[in-house]
Amino acid sequence: MNPSVAWRFGRPALVLLLAGLSVGVPLWLVAVTSAKPQAEAIKPNLALPHSWQPGDNYADAVSQGEMLRGFFNSLLVVLPSVVLVLLLGAGAAWVFARRKSKLVSTAYALCISGLLLPPAVITIVMELRQLGLSNTRPGMIAVYTGMYLSTSIFFMTGFIRAIPLELEEAARMDGATPSRIFWRIVLPLLRPVIATATIMVMLYAWSDVFYAFFVLGGGERATLPLNLYQVASAQLYLNNWHLVFAYVVVMSLPMVAVFLVGQRKIVSGITSGAVK
Amino acid sequence: MTHTVVRTETATVAGPPRKAGRLPRAAVHHPWWFALPAIAVFAGFFLVPNLLNFYYPFTNWSSYHADIAFTGLDNFRTIADDGSLLRAIRTTLLYALLAALFQNGFGLGLALLLEADSRFNRFFRAVFFLPVLISALATGYVFQALLDQDGAVNSVLGTDIPWLGSTTWTLVVVTLIHGWKWMGLSMLIYLAGLKGIPGDMLEAARMDGAGPWRTFWSVRWPMLAPAVTFNVTTALIGSMNTFDIVQATTGGGPAASTEVFNIYMFRIFGQGLYAQASAMSLVLFLVVVAVAIPLVVGLRRREQLL
Repeated sequence: MNPSVAWRFGRPALVLLLAGLSVGVPLWLVAVTSAKPQAEAIKPNLALPHSWQPGDNYADAVSQGEMLRGFFNSLLVVLPSVVLVLLLGAGAAWVFARRKSKLVSTAYALCISGLLLPPAVITIVMELRQLGLSNTRPGMIAVYTGMYLSTSIFFMTGFIRAIPLELEEAARMDGATPSRIFWRIVLPLLRPVIATATIMVMLYAWSDVFYAFFVLGGGERATLPLNLYQVASAQLYLNNWHLVFAYVVVMSLPMVAVFLVGQRKIVSGITSGAVK
Repeated sequence: MTHTVVRTETATVAGPPRKAGRLPRAAVHHPWWFALPAIAVFAGFFLVPNLLNFYYPFTNWSSYHADIAFTGLDNFRTIADDGSLLRAIRTTLLYALLAALFQNGFGLGLALLLEADSRFNRFFRAVFFLPVLISALATGYVFQALLDQDGAVNSVLGTDIPWLGSTTWTLVVVTLIHGWKWMGLSMLIYLAGLKGIPGDMLEAARMDGAGPWRTFWSVRWPMLAPAVTFNVTTALIGSMNTFDIVQATTGGGPAASTEVFNIYMFRIFGQGLYAQASAMSLVLFLVVVAVAIPLVVGLRRREQLL
């Protein structure tokens, strides 16, 4: 057989095989285990459940894992963080992209240093305690915003530099103030980057457990990942894989939904921002 | 009136000789206060903690003292003497190297497999992107269930391999999981890089009689340089800051063989030894800087050479 023909039929077969093994198997395990009764799920395997009880498991995960509270706790820190990262980031990026001086480039370099530097999580706790913000949502929001601002400033500055200055000048000739130009011209033009930044920041903050441990701890402000950690740590003596996986499904669905809604924009945003 | 103002500005932007009046005008059009909230939050909650991180490691800050006193290098001596310092550095660097290798290898492989813009390929790109959307902690638990000694993989294969119980190989297994989790993101970026290669360049290579292998190494791979820079940098730096996957699969074990910096900090902080955790955090900071700067400079230079 001619190699290009082999490639034509071999490639889809290879793709199917890889997708099935690498993504299909883990997802299948999650799906079937989350529908099994506890006794069948003690040793997780790929077999179909003998008796199906997805409803009970999901209900248990909601009640035992405090899922609703965790869901709202997550929303209450993730959404404000995303909005702040985008708004503050856009304002700063506008100034950094349009003004040229030593001071501006120094400030820009400092502000994007968070792309590479790790957040100093231990002293963040210290500082939040002194500010009276430890174990509070505003503290968590401030930490997330500080952590992800660099990313949004970096991508937005690059984007704004590519927008012709004439658009702003035309509005200025009509007598628009800087605030008006920012809200009516710059922000709307930033829409593609905003879509990408939203999903990336949302994704990171929604899944974060490390910083939430230090800043929020357990307790009544615990976010979904913190709750999942608690449910799964109990797994050692409770053998509750069925609940762990019910939790994983519910926790992942919002992100999958956001991705499906904004898929095209997200993909084009990620790819256009990165390769420059 | 405004009309003339704008005129003079465009003139100064275009011509190199700078007039004295330029700066105030920039200040009017793009005032600093738009940048100040971002600078304030970033400085307050990112830079300041990193600066504090240069002081607290040299104190005895812990849950056992009411006051905080300067103790010099004591914390560093402790972590160096009990071996955890070198172990954390070695484990983290090895983790980052392997994770970056797997993430980029898988990502590039998938991008090349799914390069053509067909409906079939678009669907499977989304499939391979799914792991990016699942939280790293959840990913860790899924793989724990798969790889446990009485987990799903051993039961399918009929083997009894302790995938997560080897002091040598478990680190490799965990980095493979890390690569799996993030391969979709690398894939997208490599796909964008591939798309950016001009079609007539590939056409010219084909006319010159280059096969697919030759075309890849002589045309595509060099043209992918910016995507490689981005992917390798983010993968290496990002995986030095890893926590969730390791915590969920091994918790740092067996015998601390997968205990990266963040796992150590989490454990020691939980014991109330805050300054010691902070010392480790400072070492992580220095290691990241030591890796990141030569890496970024080197990869940028490589882009220019290719």
